[in-house]
Amino acid sequence: MRQQPVLEVRGIRKEFPGVVALDGVDFRLFPGEVHALMGENGAGKSTLIKVLTGVHRADGGEVLLAGRPVRIGGPLEAQQAGISTVYQEVNLCPNLSVAENIFIGREPRRFGLVDWAAMRRRAAELVRELDLDVDVSAPLGSCSIAVQQLVAIVRAVAVSAKVLILDEPTSSLDRDEVQRLFAVMRRLRDQGVAILFVSHFLDQIYEICDRTTVLRNGRLEGEYLTAELDRMELVSRMIGAELAGLDQLGGGKRRERTAPAGPAFLQADGLTRRGAVEPYELDIRPGEVIGLAGLLGSGRTEAARLLFGADRSDGGTLRIDGAVTALRGPRDAIARGIAFCSENRKTEGLIGDLTVRENIVLALQASRGWTRPLSRTAQDAYALRWIRALDIRPGNPEAPVRNLSGGNQQKVLLARWLITDPKLLILDEPTRGIDVGAKAEIQKLVAGLAEDGMAVLFISAELEEVLRLSHRVGVLRDHRMVARLDNDGELTPEHVMATIASGAHP
Amino acid sequence: MNVHALTARLRGQIPLLVTAVLLVSMFGVGSVQYDGFFSGQVVLNLLIDNAFLLVVAVGMTFVVLTGGIDLSVGAVVALSTMVSAWLVERHGWPPLLVIPLVLLMGTAGGWLMGWIIHVFEIQPFIVTLAGMFLARGLCYTISIESISITDPQYTAMAQTRIPLGSLFVSPSALIALLVVAAGFVVLHHTRLGRNVYALGGSEQSALLMGLPVQRTRTTVYAISGFCSALGGVLLTFYMLSGYGLHAVGLELDAIAAVVIGGTLLTGGSGYLLGTLLGVLVLGLIQTVISFQGTLSSWWTRIVIGALLFVFIVLQRLITGRRR
Repeated sequence: MRQQPVLEVRGIRKEFPGVVALDGVDFRLFPGEVHALMGENGAGKSTLIKVLTGVHRADGGEVLLAGRPVRIGGPLEAQQAGISTVYQEVNLCPNLSVAENIFIGREPRRFGLVDWAAMRRRAAELVRELDLDVDVSAPLGSCSIAVQQLVAIVRAVAVSAKVLILDEPTSSLDRDEVQRLFAVMRRLRDQGVAILFVSHFLDQIYEICDRTTVLRNGRLEGEYLTAELDRMELVSRMIGAELAGLDQLGGGKRRERTAPAGPAFLQADGLTRRGAVEPYELDIRPGEVIGLAGLLGSGRTEAARLLFGADRSDGGTLRIDGAVTALRGPRDAIARGIAFCSENRKTEGLIGDLTVRENIVLALQASRGWTRPLSRTAQDAYALRWIRALDIRPGNPEAPVRNLSGGNQQKVLLARWLITDPKLLILDEPTRGIDVGAKAEIQKLVAGLAEDGMAVLFISAELEEVLRLSHRVGVLRDHRMVARLDNDGELTPEHVMATIASGAHP
Repeated sequence: MNVHALTARLRGQIPLLVTAVLLVSMFGVGSVQYDGFFSGQVVLNLLIDNAFLLVVAVGMTFVVLTGGIDLSVGAVVALSTMVSAWLVERHGWPPLLVIPLVLLMGTAGGWLMGWIIHVFEIQPFIVTLAGMFLARGLCYTISIESISITDPQYTAMAQTRIPLGSLFVSPSALIALLVVAAGFVVLHHTRLGRNVYALGGSEQSALLMGLPVQRTRTTVYAISGFCSALGGVLLTFYMLSGYGLHAVGLELDAIAAVVIGGTLLTGGSGYLLGTLLGVLVLGLIQTVISFQGTLSSWWTRIVIGALLFVFIVLQRLITGRRR
C-alpha cells in the first residue's frame, strides 16, 4: 500500500531577497498517513507549505502529484488538484455565514443560482459530523476563533481533498477541541487522505502522527517513523547545536524564585470592563514576573489590555508607583514605562513592509517625539545590538520584517519594546506558534529582564512555561480572576489546571 | 437559539432599517406638510427623475462591496451622452447601433480600470480618478458645446409614458428597476455575487480559498462601467442632449446613496435594496425642498451632507465594536 506517495517533492529550492528559505528539500506524503513537518522558525516549514499550495513559486526542484510532475500556479489550482490547506491564521471571510464559508467557490446551484437551502442543509450535516454546535447561517465573525478554525477544517474536508495540509491548526484550540480535531483527522486518514500536520506541541505530534519530517535552516534533516523517534532526538534534530540553551531551562526543572519585596510598581484594584473582565486585583513589583493563566477566551488578554490603556476600564482603580492613574490610552501607558507585546503580532504589532531596523526603533522614536529624530547611526547601532542580543535571523537589519519567520518577528517586536527600557513589560502569548528553541530563548530573556529589575506580566496558555517563569500566577476563568497563587515551588501545572477547571483554589 | 449570532446578524441590518425608517418618515412628514405630496405619482416621479442615478448607484454598490470605489462614473455618464449625441446627430447612426456601442465602451473602460487596479496593485481611488479625468476630457474633444438630440427614437423614449392605472412611469424608470432586480439576483444568488462579498470581507482569505479574485475585481469594475454607460443612455433620454458638463459630481451622489443605503465603504457588507432606498432618500430630499418652494436647491446638498455624517458615524458604531 506504500508503493507510491500521493505527493512528493524533490530538491525544492526557494529564495527570498537575502534569505534562502528552502535549499534542496525532499518530502514524501503517502495516502492514509498523518505526517508531521517539524522545524524551528525559519526552518522553511511555512515556505514549503506555500510552495505546495501555489502561493509561492519554487525556484528549483519539482513537485509530483501521484507520480506526475505538476506545476501548481495558485491556491485554486492546488485545490483542484486535491490539496487543501488550513492555515494558522483563520483565512475565511468573517462577513459571510458559516455555511457560505464552507461552500464558497463550490456552492450548490439550481438553475444557475445559488441554492441557499441546500447549502445550509449540507453545511449543517458537515458541521454535525464534527460534533460542532454551530448555527451555520450565523456570520462567521460572531463565532469564537476556535470555532472559526474548525469551520476552516470543515471547509478543507468538504473539498474532498486527497491531501490535507494543517498548518498549526491547534494553536488556538483548547484541549477538547484538539481531541475533536484529532478524531476527524483519524477518520480522514482511515479513508485514505494524506494529512500534513504542523504543530509546535510535541505531545500532539506523538499522539497523532505516523511519520515525521524534520527541516532545519531550509534543509532536510531527515524523515523518521514517529514511534521510533525519541523526543530528545527530535528536539536536537530540530535545533541542532543550540540544544544547550534548552537544557539550561528545560526538563521541567525551574529555578528557585523568591518574590522581590518592596512597593508595587503597578496595582490594580477592582479593575473591570463590562463584557471583557470582571473586577480583579493585581499588583506587580519591580523584578517580579506575574503569570496569567487560563484558557483561550478566559479574559487574560482583556485584563492585560486594561493595564496598558488599550481598552478603557469601567470601574476600579489603577495605581502606578503608588499614585492613582487613569490611563487615557497606550501613549499614556508608554509614557509611564509600560510596554505591551500583543498576541497578534501581525495585525497589532509589526509593520511588515518596514525593515527590521525600522520596526525596532519605531516605539523609541515615537516616545521621543518627531521633533527629535534618531540619527541613522543611532538607529543602526540599536538595531544591530538587539539583533545580536536576541539572535534575530536573518541578521540583516534592512530585511523587510514580512520575510522573517514567526519566531523572529516576535523577537523584533520584543526588541522594539525593550529598547524603550520599560518598567513593566506585558507579554501576551510571546511564545505562541514559535518553536522550542526560540521559546527557550525568550523564556531565558524574560527571566533575565526580571532579574535586572523589570516587572513582567507574562500571559501564556502553556502552564509549564508560566510556572517556570512566574513568581506568582493569576488564574482566569470565564472573564474572572478566580485565584492568585504563589509559585512557591510546590505549585504544579495539575494544580493550576484544577483551579481553572473548578474555578476555585483547591 | 444563539443570541450572540442573532444580534450579530441583526446588527448588520441596522443601517438598512434606519434608511427605511428615514424614507417612510420623510414621506410622512412631506405628506402632512404639503398638499399633493401624498400621491403615488410623487413616488413614481422619484424613480423617473433618478433613474440614471439609480443605475449608476447599482454599479457603485458592486464596487464598494469589494472594498473599492469608482470615481469615474459621472464622467463616463457624460462621455456616454456625448458619444450618443455625436454619433446619432452628427453622423446619423441608428440609435439601435449607438446604444449597444456606448454600453460596450463603458464596460470595456471599467474592465480596463479593474485590470489595472488588480494587476498593478494600485488604489482604486487613484485609478478611477485618472479614468474620471480621461473620460471628462474626451467629452470636449468631441465638442465643447452641448449637442441636442432630435432623433425621433430618442424623443419617443423621452416622452413615452407607461400608464399604471391613473399613474404613469417612464421607460427609463422601468429599465432602472430591472437593473436593480438583476443586480439583486447577481449579488445574492450567484457565485459572482458571493465572491464580491468574500473579496470585500477579506481579499487574502478569498485568494487562499481559491476564489477567482482577479476575475471578480475586473468584473465588478466592468459592471460599474456598464451601469455608468447605461446611466448615460438613460440621461440622454431624460435630457435629450449630450454635454461634457452633464452629471458633474454624480459619482459623489452615487457613493452617498450607497452609503446611506447601508453598504460599508470598507466592503463586504451591504444590500442592493439598500442602495435603492438610498437613491430614493436623495430624491425625496430634493422633492421635499421643491415642494417647500422657498429654499434654494443647495439645501439638498446640505441635508445630504448631514445625513452622510450621521450614517458613517452609525456604521462606525456598529462595526467598530468588533474588538
